[in-house]
Amino acid sequence: MEGLNFIGAGLVVIGAGIGIGKIGGSAMEAIARQPEATGKIQAAMLIAAALIEGIGFAALFAV
Amino acid sequence: MSHMQRKFSMKKLAFLVFFISGVVFGQHHEEKTSHTTTHKEQNSTLSLKEEFKKFKEHHIQDSHSFDFVSYKNDEGEKVHIGFPLPVILWDNGLKIFSSSKFHHGESVAEAGGNYYKLHHGKIYKTEANGLLNLDEHHHPTNVKPLDFSITKSIFFVIAVALLMFFIFSKIAKSYKTSALPTGLGRFLEPLILFIRDDIAIPNIGKKHYKKYMSYLLTIFFFIWIINLLGLTPLGVNVTNNIAITFVLAIMTYLFTTFTANKNYWKHIFWMPGVPIPMKILLAPIELLGTIIKPFALMIRLYANITAGHIVLMSILGMMVIAHNWLGSSLSFVLAFVLSLLELLVAALQTYIFTMLSSLYFGMAVEEHDEH
Amino acid sequence: MDKLLNDFSVGNAFWMTILFVGLILLLKKFAWKPILDSVEEREEGIKKALEAAEEAKKEMQNLNADNEKLLKEARAEREAMLKEAREIKEAIISEAKDEAQVAAGKMIDSAKASIEQEKQAAISGLKKQVAELSISIAESVVKKELASNNDQLQLVDQLLEKVTLN
Repeated sequence: MEGLNFIGAGLVVIGAGIGIGKIGGSAMEAIARQPEATGKIQAAMLIAAALIEGIGFAALFAV
Repeated sequence: MSHMQRKFSMKKLAFLVFFISGVVFGQHHEEKTSHTTTHKEQNSTLSLKEEFKKFKEHHIQDSHSFDFVSYKNDEGEKVHIGFPLPVILWDNGLKIFSSSKFHHGESVAEAGGNYYKLHHGKIYKTEANGLLNLDEHHHPTNVKPLDFSITKSIFFVIAVALLMFFIFSKIAKSYKTSALPTGLGRFLEPLILFIRDDIAIPNIGKKHYKKYMSYLLTIFFFIWIINLLGLTPLGVNVTNNIAITFVLAIMTYLFTTFTANKNYWKHIFWMPGVPIPMKILLAPIELLGTIIKPFALMIRLYANITAGHIVLMSILGMMVIAHNWLGSSLSFVLAFVLSLLELLVAALQTYIFTMLSSLYFGMAVEEHDEH
Repeated sequence: MDKLLNDFSVGNAFWMTILFVGLILLLKKFAWKPILDSVEEREEGIKKALEAAEEAKKEMQNLNADNEKLLKEARAEREAMLKEAREIKEAIISEAKDEAQVAAGKMIDSAKASIEQEKQAAISGLKKQVAELSISIAESVVKKELASNNDQLQLVDQLLEKVTLN
């Protein structure tokens, strides 16, 4: 049973990775569509990624 | 022309700093390497790995003395180059003494009739013989006195605070003589304007941003400078001390809470525009959210910087452990690239911390007219 | 989580809080406020200068337009004045001409009249003289023939009535 929480943490990291990947991909598409809004898109992307990252870290440290 | 020269010299300076850092790291490990070669006959690689792990942990940890370099000399004695810091304990009265008394955890320090021992960066109260009672997880069960020591992190925070005060008050003074920034101000003023125009105003709004500017500017430059200095060979990475990031995050939390308007609380306790059962359900979630936000802020900074340092240290350790020209040079290149990445992470985490803080402030003072 | 709690040092947090709050307050007083104020002042100054320049430009344009208007007016006035002068000149000339004609006519008329008068006077004088002459002639002629003066005068008058001068 000891190892289960590590598996859980791993799952959270996978989820966070997928989430951040999706954010990055969408941001790329958005930039390609509207290159003039690059700055705003990047800022929004960083914030969203940071929020997900926070959850990932919280899960890691909760182990 | 002079501008170009200045730019060039700045580039040179940056390169020089980087180069020196490389040399110092290199020397540091040369010492370790020579030590390992002498002991390689009797010790296996496993012990080297373990020793490096210990070294890494020590590097990550806060400590009670300021050591620039510590290594084992040829006789196998540990040599520390640095200076001791004051230890301040609260144990039925204030006890103040120099951390040199601990001899880096090798001996027992006596103060006011009590005996203390340093174990893995923590101070424990012991008997005169200095024995620690370890439990099955190798954790001491001895009493821990309240430790208010000026540790390495705190010492460095003081240094950075003085540095910041010196730099920014000088810049402020330079404005008295000319309307345009001079010297370092020319480099830092765009950053100040960036925080004002691209972080504070869009997130908080033109009406309220002024009262948060001092906090945002301080937190931005504090975290950035301390992150960057943490990457230097001095190796004092303060933001991987959870107590430090805790204070930074709690400041944002308190500032948000105490400047919040009626609307903010209304959205937490009685969310407008949803049915009443949902309102009751949402209130504890929203309340929890206000605590999770600064918690995430704390963990994010701590974890990013710690992770970066651990990975960097591990790759540097691989340079020693691999101990052949291919592996060592490969890990050197990797460490170099990772150092550049860490420079980016240092700036990025600073940006995100400031950005999210201002976002939370913006939520606190937002005025909803449409509801 | 255990590691986090284990790493957490109350002493560090305590010092950090004091240091950081102190740093914020000190920097606020000695750095951020002066820096932000002077930056704002500078921006305000630049904005004002730009506005003033714009204003000056507008004023300049106005002035130019005014000048042009004035110039146009002046030109028109000059033109009008010249035209008037020309008209006056022509009027004076024609008037003078008329007057001269009238005066000349009058002079001619009066000359004619005086000539007529003179003629009449001359004629009547001549008549009288002729009459007196005729009388004296007749007297001298008739002195001898006619006894009474009255009969003679009667005869003369009769004769004279028959005589018409024209």
